[in-house]
Amino acid sequence: MTVESTAAARKPRRASKRTSAAKKPQSSDPQLVQLLTPEGERVEHPDYSIDLSADELRGLYRDMVLTRRFDAEATALQRQGELGLWASLLGQEAAQIGSGRALRDDDYVFPTYREHGVAWCRGVDPTNLLGMFRGVNHGGWDPSTNNFHLYTIVIGSQTLHATGYAMGVAKDGADSAVIAYFGDGASSQGDVAESFTFSAVYNAPVVFFCQNNQWAISEPTERQTRVPLYQRAQGYGFPGVRVDGNDVLACLAVTRSALERARRGEGPTLVEAFTYRMGAHTTSDDPTKYRADDERAAWEAKDPILRLRTYLEKSGHADEAFFTELEAESETLGKRVREAVRAMPDPEPMALFEHGYADGSSLVDEERAQFAAYQASFADSAEEGK
Amino acid sequence: MAVEKMSIAKALNESLRLALDNDPKVLIMGEDVGKLGGVFRITDGLQKDFGEDRVIDTPLAESGIVGTAIGLALRGYRPIVEIQFDGFVFPAYDQIVTQLAKMHARALGKIKLPVVVRIPYGGGIGAVEHHSESPEALFAHVAGLKVVSPSNASDAYWMMQQAVQSDDPIIFFEPKRRYWDKGEVDTESIPGPLHRAVTVREGSDLTLVAYGPMVKVCLEAAAAAQEEGKSIEVLDLRSMSPIDFDAIQTSAEKTGRVVVVHEAPVFYGSGAEIAARITERCFYHLEAPVLRVGGYHVPYPPARLEDEYLPGLDRVLDAVDRSLAF
Ligand SMILES: Cc1ncc(C[n+]2csc(CCOP(=O)(O)OP(=O)(O)O)c2C)c(N)n1
Repeated sequence: MTVESTAAARKPRRASKRTSAAKKPQSSDPQLVQLLTPEGERVEHPDYSIDLSADELRGLYRDMVLTRRFDAEATALQRQGELGLWASLLGQEAAQIGSGRALRDDDYVFPTYREHGVAWCRGVDPTNLLGMFRGVNHGGWDPSTNNFHLYTIVIGSQTLHATGYAMGVAKDGADSAVIAYFGDGASSQGDVAESFTFSAVYNAPVVFFCQNNQWAISEPTERQTRVPLYQRAQGYGFPGVRVDGNDVLACLAVTRSALERARRGEGPTLVEAFTYRMGAHTTSDDPTKYRADDERAAWEAKDPILRLRTYLEKSGHADEAFFTELEAESETLGKRVREAVRAMPDPEPMALFEHGYADGSSLVDEERAQFAAYQASFADSAEEGK
Repeated sequence: MAVEKMSIAKALNESLRLALDNDPKVLIMGEDVGKLGGVFRITDGLQKDFGEDRVIDTPLAESGIVGTAIGLALRGYRPIVEIQFDGFVFPAYDQIVTQLAKMHARALGKIKLPVVVRIPYGGGIGAVEHHSESPEALFAHVAGLKVVSPSNASDAYWMMQQAVQSDDPIIFFEPKRRYWDKGEVDTESIPGPLHRAVTVREGSDLTLVAYGPMVKVCLEAAAAAQEEGKSIEVLDLRSMSPIDFDAIQTSAEKTGRVVVVHEAPVFYGSGAEIAARITERCFYHLEAPVLRVGGYHVPYPPARLEDEYLPGLDRVLDAVDRSLAF
């Protein structure tokens, strides 16, 4: 059984605790914005209220389940040798779907390499994300189609691009916002500090969305910072918020509010989504070298998908048919992704020389011609051999 | 004699262990070098044995890693820093080029900066973007830096020792696709100097000049050419800055033909420098222009195209044929 179907099929653990009344957040961290507890109970927060229809709630659930399914399929495809590498988002679905669904079409997203759920929200076909992991391209989609920029592998770089883009948005007098995703590890990079500086002094309409998944490969967050990350913002002169990153409602509410603030011309916000990377850093990584076994178990109890399922069931916002249909839809998605990847052709050798320059280059032309002649020499010798 | 067969990765690990053992001022710094032992496990077990004060997991910040290593060196330490992959050295490039390379000269020689910057480099492992690049020329071009790259386990072991003992900053490029290649290491007999080239195969018709990951390809090409009756010499440069031009000259004068092979783009690459110097030094001995085989002037391609991009046996032999045809 695949990972995502486990969560979807498993019975809610605390189904007996039936309540719909709003409660105080139960997190031990009073700074953590939470609207849905790990037990699947709705709670209120004084600054972040949200009122979603049953349809919208089911939509968020569907997004998370399908994203997890896509992620599990990609992991499996890597294991089968169809992908060279995969960076799983397992456990981070709420952070990505919550923030992703807070965006408007005209907002612009700068992701890292793990934002498969945000890409889903932007309407990017998931198979598009797999080209770079299969090794057939370095991105391969047009960022302007969905206002979803290319994945960025060099840690932290994209936060500056986001800031610059947001400065451009402000110059244009537009009211769209920009969001930059990055990890807790990235918060150590100079580029991220510089993006905070620039966005603050130019009052850029940008939301910095840090998914603190507790690890940067083998290094825990404490190796990057001695203060909670959201507090960093204060030193730059803009607000920072820590949100329960496994609570899709809270992620949606907090991101929405930060985006609105940006649209109103009030400048940047740092959102720290407190979450957990349930799998390895990437398929090349071996977390048993550095991570205690029981850590994951503790976070599994906070699973973002499970808690929304509990709430949907308890509140009667979704019935069994919904879950069954979604399971079938997951299967279809998995199949489609699998087939698309297997059918993805290797690039033609001559593709090496494409797109290096917008205006072309005589140097590349010369090398292309030499390469073509060299390739052709094999064809000739094959002829001769006949 | 203590000869052991080990991989390049293991040789580096043993060498780093020895360096830590020999000198309490030696430090290892970098992302994930501690518990994980680095993403290639080159520092495996070192933190366990030498502690977190000697083998230091750093924040995820390359400029910070090199910049603080400079400060530690100013304070008398000898940091060996790991940059996780070639493409991630650029956030540290400023510190390396504007500071590390120049401070000794600015202090009129009064300060020394014995910093080793280890960079796993080059392609051939099917990785994603920024994990397969060969930026050696960018460093070799900068005065004040020394740039080396071992091609086998013995050199990995000994060149690391020599780099750590050097009072100059050394950019130590590790050919990542060769990490798992095994070779014999004599851990007792100290070899020649760090910046000397070594003839790894004797021949009389043509000289292949290479370093790092391409040495193996050149040796294979020479073996294949042998079957066609061609006698090819292979020179392992080991050091890209300084370059042992005397060794190149000797070989070029002997064979009269030189082909330089590297993974990095040919355009403005180290082959250009070598070709130009050979022409200056032994114009009258040459039977053919110095040819170069290397990468194209394109971004390092996605994994499924890298075999087309990287010089392989066929491209090297093609250049050998072209040279011999002059
Ligand atoms: C500049 C740079 N240095 C190192 C790396 C190698 N690397 C890739 S991901 C990663 C950890 C990133 O951690 P974090 O920012 O917390 O994001 P996460 O992967 O946990 O989402 C590292 C060190 C890189 N990609 N870029």
